[in-house]
Amino acid sequence: MKTLKIEDLSKNFGSTEVLRKINLEIDEGNFLVLLGPSGCGKSTLLNIIAGLETINEGNVFIDDYNVSKVEPKDRNIAMVFQSYALYPSMNVRENMIFGLKQAKTSKEKIEQQLEKVSKFLQVDQLLERKPSQLSGGQRQRVAIGRALVREPRIFLFDEPLSNLDAKLRVEMRREIKKLHQQLKTTVVYVTHDQTEAMSLGTRIAIMNHGVIQQNDTPENIYNKPSNTFVADFIGSPSMNLIKGSLKESSGEISFTASGSNFEIPVKGYEFKDKSNLNNKEVFFGIRPEHIYFKKSNESDFEVTLRADLSEYIGHEQIMTFDYSNQEILAKFPSTIKIELAKETKLYFDLTQTSLFDAQSEERI
Amino acid sequence: MQDNLKSSSYQQLEQKSKYTNMFLRWFLYFVLILFASYFIFPLYVMVVTSLKTMEEIRQGTLLSWPSGLNFESWAVAWGGRGYGAGDTFLRPYFWNSIKMVVPAVFFSTLIGAMTGYVLTKWRFKGDSWVFLFLLFGCFIPFQAILLPMARTLGALGISNSIVGLVLVHTVYGIPFTTLFFRNYYVSVPTELVKAARIDGAGFFKIFFKILLPISAPIIVVTVIWQFTQIWNDFLFGSTFSFGEAAPIQVALNNMVLSSTSVKEYNVDMASAIIAGVPTLIVYVLAGKYFIRGLTSGAVKG
Repeated sequence: MKTLKIEDLSKNFGSTEVLRKINLEIDEGNFLVLLGPSGCGKSTLLNIIAGLETINEGNVFIDDYNVSKVEPKDRNIAMVFQSYALYPSMNVRENMIFGLKQAKTSKEKIEQQLEKVSKFLQVDQLLERKPSQLSGGQRQRVAIGRALVREPRIFLFDEPLSNLDAKLRVEMRREIKKLHQQLKTTVVYVTHDQTEAMSLGTRIAIMNHGVIQQNDTPENIYNKPSNTFVADFIGSPSMNLIKGSLKESSGEISFTASGSNFEIPVKGYEFKDKSNLNNKEVFFGIRPEHIYFKKSNESDFEVTLRADLSEYIGHEQIMTFDYSNQEILAKFPSTIKIELAKETKLYFDLTQTSLFDAQSEERI
Repeated sequence: MQDNLKSSSYQQLEQKSKYTNMFLRWFLYFVLILFASYFIFPLYVMVVTSLKTMEEIRQGTLLSWPSGLNFESWAVAWGGRGYGAGDTFLRPYFWNSIKMVVPAVFFSTLIGAMTGYVLTKWRFKGDSWVFLFLLFGCFIPFQAILLPMARTLGALGISNSIVGLVLVHTVYGIPFTTLFFRNYYVSVPTELVKAARIDGAGFFKIFFKILLPISAPIIVVTVIWQFTQIWNDFLFGSTFSFGEAAPIQVALNNMVLSSTSVKEYNVDMASAIIAGVPTLIVYVLAGKYFIRGLTSGAVKG
């Protein structure tokens, strides 16, 4: 049984296609993050799961039950919003029990739930306060509490941390992670922040233009992006994509950047399909953090590049190099001194590379 | 040496700017006092005239101070002289106006709030057209609808009645009240409604439990606006009612224009003040909310 299953879901607003043939499944207790740039349809997808938006095509199942036409309140879900959406005229207590009261829950049960949840979230001292008298973090906690008291099957979070300042965001992120670890609830979480996605999710679905680009574990998303969009979207700075072609001679495959003769061997790379690789136009992907200043593994591959630009950020520095007229970025500790406009020896970690078809932009 | 020179020239500049500021400040006060007296002047004339006897009015000037606090003309304006036919006084018409204003303000505000709620939180296909047409209502001149409205009231059998006037004012108020509430609710996060829907609240529950309790500022604005409009209305009142059913503004007009004998300026002035007092009271009581309501932005959840 899947806690949540989405089948061939399509949605359009007028002539604008927002979601195209979405298929998604979540097992009990998983934390799924929908990640993507703004306008990719992730919030619409969440609203559809909640029942706040109608569906044009496809179905949504919760616990194998088709809820496509079921009212939000009957779907056994709870949602936490970006603006918290606490009812301004009600105090914290009334906010938290509003849903239970609507569902005609018994008084004892309501009190019991309220006490349990407010203690758990440490808002039991704030019950008589109005939302306007709470700080951002407290509001967020109350909003989560309002979701918790209903004991839903699935929690939906719609960019819940975007309104908080940077410091509080990191704190609340950890709290949500703890919460999930303790309660083991099923969560669908929408964000455009890759750090949030990586640190919270047990699975991440990256979306763009209404299509899921990759639905995988955070490790696979980072290490084995399934296309150039994912490769580019995840990581800061994002993955270097060097345009060039593959060459196959006597079973050895190597990569040559366009406009250069320099060959990088890619023998350790796990190709999906080993045929027709010779002369294939590809992007060679390597993350800035996988370019080293000192050789650290036997497999590291030495290249000599000219440093063009240095960006100092404190704990690290981002250097821009020239690789046969293509810019590539590398990240080093800020203690390393590299002279600009000079050739520098660098080492590519070849166990961490990705190759993409230049036409389809898919991983090969 | 150079430093000294510099500091003395700074001192001069400082002096200069001090004088300039002082002059501007006094000029500002002068202008403000001028305008204030310009606006207060008619009220002053009304009040002192209403407190004078006819004798004093004939002998004194417009501005002269009354000999004492003589409220006789106020009593006459409110309750009449006590003789039968031809004696027009404001009391019954004042209550007519109250009976017209209260329900008309209540219904137009409530309906406007609901319409604004639907237009912002339950969007439907063509809702912007509905809003546009409602806005037209704000710009149609009153005179243009007199005839069709008279026919409608006749057909409904409520012409020349308070109920008829309530209907007219409610209908004509809806475009304005809708505009107010729509613009207010636009700034209320729609996520509130979504949250309430997930919590299991329906259309009316969301309106009455979530949105209406946070609408106080705009309700005050709407009530003041509607009260002033309806209370001060003369055109609808004089067109759709006469005699017993007339609201106070119509009665005031009849009283002032139809006196056959000598013009009683003191009674006229007292009547005019009585007819204007309720709107003044409403504004004094709720005025500070009026400004706040007009300028208030999004509701922090």
